[in-house]
Amino acid sequence: MVRTYTFDGSLGARPGQFVMLWLPGIDEKPFSVAFDNGAETKITFFAVGPMSEELSQCCVGDLVGLRGPFGTCYEWKHGQHIALVAGGYGAAPMYFVAAETVHHGCTLEVFVGARSKEHLLYLEELESLPHVSLHVATNDGSMGFKGFNVQHLGKMLEAVQGKKRLKGNKGGDLDPIDQVFACGPEMMLKAVSELTAKYKIPSQLSLERYMKCGYGLCGNCVVDPLGIRLCCEGPVVKNDACMKIEEFGKYHRDALGKKHAF
Amino acid sequence: MGEFAGLEEEAFSCMILPMNLSQTLLGVTFANPTILASGIMGITASSWRLVAENGAGGITTKSLWLKEHKGHNNPTIISTEHWTLNAVGVPDAGPEKAREEIGDFMKKKPVPLIANIIAESVENFAATAEAILPLKPDFFEVNISCPNVEDEFGKPFACSAPAAAAVTKAVKKVSGKTPVLIKLSPNVDSIAAIADACASAGADGFTVINTVGPGMAIDLRSRMPILANKVGGLSGPGIKPIAVKCVADVFGVTKGALPIIGTGGIYTGEDAIEIMLAGASLVGIGTAVGDRGVDVFAKICDEMQLWCTNEGVDEISSLVGGMHRELSQRNAPTRKPSRSGRTRS
Repeated sequence: MVRTYTFDGSLGARPGQFVMLWLPGIDEKPFSVAFDNGAETKITFFAVGPMSEELSQCCVGDLVGLRGPFGTCYEWKHGQHIALVAGGYGAAPMYFVAAETVHHGCTLEVFVGARSKEHLLYLEELESLPHVSLHVATNDGSMGFKGFNVQHLGKMLEAVQGKKRLKGNKGGDLDPIDQVFACGPEMMLKAVSELTAKYKIPSQLSLERYMKCGYGLCGNCVVDPLGIRLCCEGPVVKNDACMKIEEFGKYHRDALGKKHAF
Repeated sequence: MGEFAGLEEEAFSCMILPMNLSQTLLGVTFANPTILASGIMGITASSWRLVAENGAGGITTKSLWLKEHKGHNNPTIISTEHWTLNAVGVPDAGPEKAREEIGDFMKKKPVPLIANIIAESVENFAATAEAILPLKPDFFEVNISCPNVEDEFGKPFACSAPAAAAVTKAVKKVSGKTPVLIKLSPNVDSIAAIADACASAGADGFTVINTVGPGMAIDLRSRMPILANKVGGLSGPGIKPIAVKCVADVFGVTKGALPIIGTGGIYTGEDAIEIMLAGASLVGIGTAVGDRGVDVFAKICDEMQLWCTNEGVDEISSLVGGMHRELSQRNAPTRKPSRSGRTRS
């Protein structure tokens, strides 16, 4: 089950940052911020475990605790042409990025992907923004391109970066992509990392590891061999650094620090 | 130029004449007194290396158990500008992971490694030390003072002199030539009495202190304790005076014969010097990593350098226990002039 909750008030979060969300008596986990416009804050999540299951049962007026925002955010320059790659619930923070970047004169190619049509998120919201071209991919082909969104991105990069100009799907020529931002499952991020390295396009990826404190003390989200903490030096990490993370796409650690393969 | 010229000159003179911050304790040389305290960023070799790159003179592992041990649920840490409360619950994956991570670190060891060990019984403290010994840690630090696992294991060993001595004796029996530091709790009637008992049982040194309390923080609106464990150990700037006092007590009872890692609320170079004057040779840094960043070690060293340069201190070890010497000089019948040149009238 997918839920989006809106909280009154702002934490001053930037796109890509996360908050620690506390359900008293249950647990506290990191959630990426799906939106913060200075007046309200949103999170979007899939109910996948005991905590998010419980959270999905909450009603308007129930109390939850929020700590944050924590971590790094996506960075861009005015007027850039940016490709956003969103896998599954990664669409939520990507919508936040899109909403901010279009205010800064950026044009966006947004590659949204999911297992099937009903798992696609934020399509309407993304479509409502100016200067956004939406490219949908589903694994089962129930909507848009059949396959992975990264394959879809690859086809575009091949054409755009090669010829420098290409017909956009809303008409007109497409300029080369300045940057790629991605958020989604680790294997998707790994594919984006390799693809953007191949085309020498800077990219920023949102990595995920088990977190406890959220601000750099407990060391649970440290990655090998760099030793950087994904709650402080991440979650958004530039691909130059991602490529030096040997565990990227290979393994992650649990609450005890034990390794688990992806 | 004018008004800043003096400042620039001073900064320049520190740069060309850096004071040597290194000390050799129990046969181990530390390039500077700052040590990563146990429980902070201490899970993997990559993490320890990053801390060493950021200026730490040594690192302490997170507590190592003989078997896998699950920690507490989140929230495990909550902090304000005055204090941090934590009950992570000492999670650890057991000796196999310790072998992998410590082994990796030791291959190209940038700084000394202190293996912090924990157990629920006297026998298992010894068994854990035996399991870790082949990895050749520079020191053992024996965690008999964690305030966060009382529900599981009862009062910490550090709260009773006979229990603390029993653990010390058991670990010393198997630790070979590796020095054994006992990590003491401030939450006792007399930390001096506990330290004395451990010293008699063969302790080579101490880490003073573990977290204070435990304490509790309650969320007003939900009326719930914020930590999942309800209570947790207190750290951060507010506990420094307790740490300084405990270090002074332990230094006093052992007559300065055993080295101490002083830890608790150390944020700045001046904090470090203060706890060294109380009797610490090395200085544990923990909570400050969250507030001043992982480069807090280098920052504290720079601040110590500056202070020592300004004060004309040229040997870092001359600070250790300086308060005790000052007191005894001032109290001496001949009324020798004190370090500051003043005499009592």
